[in-house]
Amino acid sequence: MAFRAAVITFPGSNCDRDMAMALEKVSGTPALRVWHGDSELPDRLDFIAVPGGFSYGDYLRCGAIASRSPVMRAVVAAAGRGVPVLGVCNGFQVLTEAELLPGALMRNAQLTFTCRAAPLTVENSQSLFTGGYEAGETITLPVAHHDGNYFADDATLDRLEGEGRVAFRYADECNGSQRRIAGILNAAGTVLGMMPHPERAIEPELGGSDGRALFESAVRGLVAA
Amino acid sequence: MAEVTPDVVEAHGLSPEEYERVLHALGREPNLVELGIFSVMWSEHCSYKSSRIHLKKLPTEAPWVICGPGENAGVIDIGDGQAAIFKMESHNHPSYIEPYQGAATGVGGILRDVFTMGARPVANMNALRFGRPDHPKMKHLVQGVVAGIGGYGNCVGVPTVGGETNFHKAYDGNILVNAMTVGVADANRIFYSAATGVGNPIVYVGSKTGRDGIHGATMASADFGEDAEAKRPTVQVGDPFTEKLLIEACLELMATDMIVAIQDMGAAGLTSSSVEMATNGKAGIRLVMDNVPCREEGMTPYEMMLSESQERMLMVLKPGREAEAEAIFLKWELDFAVIGEVTDTGHMVLEFGGEVVCDIPLGPLAADAPLYDRPSLSREDYKAWAKVAPLGDVPASTDLGADLLKLMASPDLASRRWIWEQYDSQVGADTLQLSGGDAAVVRVHGTRKALAMTTDCTPRYCYADPYEGGKQAIAEAYRNLCAVGARPLAVTNCLNFANPQRPEIMAQLTGCLEGMGDACRALDFPIVSGNVSLYNESKATGGGSAILPTPAIGGVGVIADYGQMATIGFKAEGQAILAIGPHYPELGQSLWLREIHGREDGDPPRVDLADERLNGEIVRQLIAEGKVTAVHDMSDGGLLVALAEMALAGGIGAKIDAMTSEFAFNESQARYIVTVAPGVELDRSKVPFERIGTTGGDGLVVGEQSVPLAALREASDSFFRDWMES
Repeated sequence: MAFRAAVITFPGSNCDRDMAMALEKVSGTPALRVWHGDSELPDRLDFIAVPGGFSYGDYLRCGAIASRSPVMRAVVAAAGRGVPVLGVCNGFQVLTEAELLPGALMRNAQLTFTCRAAPLTVENSQSLFTGGYEAGETITLPVAHHDGNYFADDATLDRLEGEGRVAFRYADECNGSQRRIAGILNAAGTVLGMMPHPERAIEPELGGSDGRALFESAVRGLVAA
Repeated sequence: MAEVTPDVVEAHGLSPEEYERVLHALGREPNLVELGIFSVMWSEHCSYKSSRIHLKKLPTEAPWVICGPGENAGVIDIGDGQAAIFKMESHNHPSYIEPYQGAATGVGGILRDVFTMGARPVANMNALRFGRPDHPKMKHLVQGVVAGIGGYGNCVGVPTVGGETNFHKAYDGNILVNAMTVGVADANRIFYSAATGVGNPIVYVGSKTGRDGIHGATMASADFGEDAEAKRPTVQVGDPFTEKLLIEACLELMATDMIVAIQDMGAAGLTSSSVEMATNGKAGIRLVMDNVPCREEGMTPYEMMLSESQERMLMVLKPGREAEAEAIFLKWELDFAVIGEVTDTGHMVLEFGGEVVCDIPLGPLAADAPLYDRPSLSREDYKAWAKVAPLGDVPASTDLGADLLKLMASPDLASRRWIWEQYDSQVGADTLQLSGGDAAVVRVHGTRKALAMTTDCTPRYCYADPYEGGKQAIAEAYRNLCAVGARPLAVTNCLNFANPQRPEIMAQLTGCLEGMGDACRALDFPIVSGNVSLYNESKATGGGSAILPTPAIGGVGVIADYGQMATIGFKAEGQAILAIGPHYPELGQSLWLREIHGREDGDPPRVDLADERLNGEIVRQLIAEGKVTAVHDMSDGGLLVALAEMALAGGIGAKIDAMTSEFAFNESQARYIVTVAPGVELDRSKVPFERIGTTGGDGLVVGEQSVPLAALREASDSFFRDWMES
């Protein structure tokens, strides 16, 4: 059965094409493109991706305006029904602002935009998104953000750790994130938000393909289901 | 409306002679709106009045050139029905006054020049020159410029893939910020600026017009006085989010057949865009200023015409298509307004509140534009003026390792990682190589082809010998493209010089242009677009000095199959290291002489254009045949610095034959270092090479001396880290 994935485009999204290409290269099916003003999503979706960029210019707070857009109400509803949602970079910020994930992404501790290859430790290899990795494995994905400094209160952090919801952790100091968290899951394991860009790491020519397993795992898990 | 008095004329930057030309062109006295329009159109920035007669001598043609200078950007054929569109432009004066916004809007402006012609921008590059790192303002300027370039490029989603950065005291009071954009379009869908079709609607799209940047072009056409700070309000403010929307909306509109002509509003805003469109179309233009979308209440036609508010475009649509086009811009939440029509009057007529507030004949505006053949020193007189001491005796060095470490930590050679990590270099998922090596390489989306691009100029060479320096800038761009395996195709340039009213500065300008022209002809590497920035000198910070002549070159080439791209890092241990190309005892103007001996003496290295072409072709052939495993050109710092860069990039050391400091650090041109795997033999009759060593180990061993890679890395990383943390 064909894999039905949707990629959301807000005004200012700029990784939407990259995300759609990655999904298509891995699944073999072109991703559906959904505009921010749409209040309904295409039916029978297997997967929703909220891509990186600067939605609505990141004015106010990163992801804040996007989280209140018509399409995000539909994404939140779909997530509630268990449709898997992946938010990358600005998409992660949108998911926290939409309260699909706890915590917030603050300005990098070094205060500058940071674009580089970041080594990550896979903390949870049991989720739909991370089943293609080994727990404890080190992978390398590019990061490119100004506001990737993950913050939550200690109780929330303890709960995330205790429930195995930290998906990825930076192997080295990257941006000041609490407990070096790079990506987290919701309680059901169906929503993943992460600052590193797996969609930029699916071909060796582009400096690595460690992101490919994330998409392969999701496609395999969902098409099998 | 205010009266036009001699003081008002002077405040508009027009000389008394130029005002006479205005009177002649109009046949009467101008009103203030008209004066403002003449002032910006005849500014150095818009009219190229001091450089135009010299620019005409540059070669601009080749079978693969689709559009040369004169449009918004240059266009070249890259095969398969595709074109690359690119240009480089300066934003020097604004960036000194307000580094973040100055640099950011420089990026925004050059992006518009490229997507105006129908291309999706695929890469940004830049060429930056700063003053002494210990100058009290310099850290702030570097931080602001880098943040501004990143802030704009990262948001619009165009990767910033490379560039160059130099430091020299000559830029203490006048930094240079040159930005370049490369885009890709269908070769049969290029959009031009000529307004045609009497009665066709003229449409304004993008941001609203505000009072920012009024007289930016005039400001950019004068020296800085003591009052540079007071010019801050003439710096434009950018909004990359709106630019991103504008790119998408314009490309969506360009996919239809509704556009007759399109032009971005850059320097001199609505004035230059409307004048250029009408002039290029040999038409007239009528604008109703009441319809211009304005950000503020009560704006006058004068302010609207001279505003340099960013993220705006002007276009001519086919008649009756306004509603369809408007729907696209409304979808992207951008302003869209029909503000006039194409006429056959040959005049620019502006109406406001039912009255004609400007009526200028376009022909004389262009034909009567000032054109200066400014006096210039002869080559001999220039040499006497420049006071470059002869090289004389230079003591040989006994500790190459210590010299190398010092060079690697010097501002001009240290790792630029602190800079490029602030740029999103990967967005678009097509970036194959950053320009930390030789050229940056970006895949043409969905193909096996790739575009290679580089920015180059060695200002200290240009100062010591403008002709050789001009040649060298082109030659180095050519070499950097060859070094990644690309076929060099064409060049854009950004000519940064000081005050052209000084004969010694004109000698720099004409000398560099002659050298560039000769090199472009010899290398089949035509110039397809460019920009001139003059009056780069400043008394603002007590420098009182002209910048070094800086004709920054942006070269673009194509790689047929990116699987064959070469990179600089050593690939494996035990590979032979070969130097290709002849070397001479050329230590004049070398970084070694400057950094180790504190001297900026001697002649720069000579550029033998025949060697440059031949060795470039040889290296490209070796790469295409898969015979070499790593390639790097030799330039700043010479052979030993190039070896250190290859070792650091690959994380593998090398054992090199003993050499003299002259051999290690001369900056002779037309040279490359390559490595070959064991068992691969190069044909000595075809390739002029010399074996100099073997890869391996964790240090650079030269004869009896050894430098650990860790020490090289620390030296290279230390400059920016220590400076920014201080």
